[in-house]
Amino acid sequence: MCPAPVTAVGRSVPRREGADKVTGRARYTDDITVQGAWSGRTIRSTIARGAIRSITLDPAFDWSRVVVVTADDIPGDNVVQLIREDQPVLAPRGGEIKHKEEPILLLAASDRATLEEAATHVRIEYELANPVFEIGSATEVFSTVEITKGDVASVERTADLVVEREFRVGLQEQLYIEPQGAIALPEADGAFRVVGSLQCPYYVHRALKRALKLTDQQAIVVQAETGGGFGGKEEYPSIVAVHAALLARKAGRPVRLIYDRHEDLAATTKRHPGVIRHRTGVKKDGTLVFQDIEIVLDGGAYCTLTPVVLSRAAIHAAGAYSCPNVRIRARAVATNTPPNGAFRGFGAPQSLFAAELMVEHVAEQLGGGVSSVDLRRKWMLRLGDTTATGQVLTESVGSELVLDAALKAATTFQPSNIPTVRRGRGLSLVFHGSGFTGSGEKKLSGTIAMEALADGTFRILTASTEIGQGTKTIFCQLAADALGVPLERVTIAPQDTSLVPDSGPTVASRTAMIVGRLVQEAAAEIKQRLQRERPPLRVDKSYIQPDSIHWDEATYRGDAYPVYAWACTIADVDVDTTTGEVRVTDLVTAVDCGKALHPVMAEGQIEGGCLQAVGWATIEEIKMKDGGYQNDRLATYLIPTALDAPRIRTVLIENPYSRGPFGAKGIGELPMDGPAPAVIAAIHDATGVWLDEVPATPEKVLAALNGAQRREAAQS
Amino acid sequence: MTVRFTLNGVPVSVECAGSRRLLDTLRGDLGKTGTKEGCGEGECGACSVLIDGEVVDSCLVAVGQVEGRNVLTVEGLAGPDGTLSRLQQAFIEHGAAQCGICTPGMLLAAHVLLQRTIRPSAADVREGLAGNLCRCTGYTKIIEAVLSCTT
Repeated sequence: MCPAPVTAVGRSVPRREGADKVTGRARYTDDITVQGAWSGRTIRSTIARGAIRSITLDPAFDWSRVVVVTADDIPGDNVVQLIREDQPVLAPRGGEIKHKEEPILLLAASDRATLEEAATHVRIEYELANPVFEIGSATEVFSTVEITKGDVASVERTADLVVEREFRVGLQEQLYIEPQGAIALPEADGAFRVVGSLQCPYYVHRALKRALKLTDQQAIVVQAETGGGFGGKEEYPSIVAVHAALLARKAGRPVRLIYDRHEDLAATTKRHPGVIRHRTGVKKDGTLVFQDIEIVLDGGAYCTLTPVVLSRAAIHAAGAYSCPNVRIRARAVATNTPPNGAFRGFGAPQSLFAAELMVEHVAEQLGGGVSSVDLRRKWMLRLGDTTATGQVLTESVGSELVLDAALKAATTFQPSNIPTVRRGRGLSLVFHGSGFTGSGEKKLSGTIAMEALADGTFRILTASTEIGQGTKTIFCQLAADALGVPLERVTIAPQDTSLVPDSGPTVASRTAMIVGRLVQEAAAEIKQRLQRERPPLRVDKSYIQPDSIHWDEATYRGDAYPVYAWACTIADVDVDTTTGEVRVTDLVTAVDCGKALHPVMAEGQIEGGCLQAVGWATIEEIKMKDGGYQNDRLATYLIPTALDAPRIRTVLIENPYSRGPFGAKGIGELPMDGPAPAVIAAIHDATGVWLDEVPATPEKVLAALNGAQRREAAQS
Repeated sequence: MTVRFTLNGVPVSVECAGSRRLLDTLRGDLGKTGTKEGCGEGECGACSVLIDGEVVDSCLVAVGQVEGRNVLTVEGLAGPDGTLSRLQQAFIEHGAAQCGICTPGMLLAAHVLLQRTIRPSAADVREGLAGNLCRCTGYTKIIEAVLSCTT
């Protein structure tokens, strides 16, 4: 018998850039030396709302050594190119200031000392206005979403039990370990090359063209090795890149603009905080009658990607459950706080947090020995069921598979043997749409190219970026198998907009599934053509929406996503009743990923996402003061260390999706959804108190425990 | 002033203010950009290097303090012919490096741990790496990689 051919897909082959990363050879933005480059910095507003009365450059300082850029120096439109035209690149003189840390002025100098000194000689005077900091007092609405299924009003009275709860979710910082940064280099013919830490080269490309009035060819964006993104390098790098390019334009030389951690924490986008109210009606036997859900997210001062975040929040708000009558009303409002933006999960972790805890509350109030796991089994979306948007799930529905697998993988629960520590266990079941929402992929029509070269190698050209999640490796695996050649014969071109087509942004759990499928199709076409043609050959492939996907943007009805990935998470926590401290000790997560293209990387994505969610659930708290973040340093904004992190075990379930590459579905964001509600449920299991909010900081846990004690004392 | 020390086994001398951060000397004056800056205030461990075998945050050390001492950075972990160390190899195999920005510091902290503890437990590894933040992996793969080097 012939040995089976060695294929790349499904094997945990070495990461493409792995050797560079373990030897220090990998070049991140700040590692790149550029001869003659100056350093730049941003002068920001110190008020949350008002107008700029005056900007004064202290005449006592020698400004000849410094380049100063204001809004007047912007050759194109003073707009950060995104969804709405509301955010200026630099606040103009006389213009309105809408949040703290809003960029007003840019400086560049040959050395850091001059730069820092110059910054102390800039005076900005403001007219103050009354800021809005609370969701409750916000009047400006960025966007609304309404989703209706069945008719909640007409069935309300048929429910035997109606449970109402309000949930709160907090701000979260992506905290990529490499801060934001870009280097802009003026080139011939009025062109600017920007090298930076970024997820979406073509977002930056569009922003540069708009603000600097450049042609397609004059704006060149190159991704350097990028030290993490998590959504934080989706839209914000456009601002960094445009600022660096404006300085480079005026200075007539390259300028580096690298944020330090303090500036990065203080000024860049965070996860949207919000309030979610649920009213759920059930029959005595637990049958789901209706779900009535209201979501309010705080977008901060400018729109950024907020409407899209709100959309994903709303679509996921009913949870992984099948309910005949659903009403979801969602809105995003403006406050005078730094703009919130993209962060792994993109609204879904917020709404799924509420949906999952609602299952717990309904189970508790139903009583009669019905567990929340029983309810999930009764309610869960299965093959052929219809989601809140009316999407019929026709394939790859892993709800029951992941629930069974997680329950099987969980260890026997051991109660705590320390008197002051109570241990509990919580579970969650979530789904997450892979790819852009609705018609997003159709409108975008992401493109890749593949070349068969004369030397017998193949090259993938894509704007999809490697930010740690494994794009480069996985694309090469997909191409190698589709071509039927050894992995070593496939290479990937640099993410440089002058070389690669626009494959769309590296976001929305779309890279492996949507763009990966294009890689697979292009490779298959090349293979076919090579039977009759000789290299060099090039094939371009763009996304074409299958006819079976229908979405109505106006009514929010139809196939919200091509497919969903599913996860069940079980968390064990220890709650110290004297300090209120919550420690997640063990976490098991079962994930239906369609197909694990690279099992080790898939597990790595899931484990990292789970810990990021555990951080959001327990210790990652941002305290606001006067519209700014109080804890804007790593000493005060804490993320989990190796000591804080639980043991995380991942069970991968392969439940293929017919249009995914080799059956794969997107899983980048899914692991952010499940752990937070599981942790809160585990805290309840341990202590008997409900928090209904994240993060469950020691202060909040202690307050809840004390409240419960007082209630007990009052009753006895 | 002139500061002389041994970097990755090679004697070096640098002309600079003694108060300059070791991190800036390594990255700027000596071109060793494998050492990263994550926070600049000793919280993240991305700039970890070894001074006479002790893990330190090079953003908190003045270069004058390393006069006459041995400094090891990530560039010094592979063999002279470029052969990766067992730990570096394990990081690749186990998926311990994702975005890679914490990897140099993480490798150095793990390197010291493995030199000091013959058979570290998972708890020992967590303790040993607690000063180095990673946002990508959830630490599981890093701990597996380090433990794989103990047998």
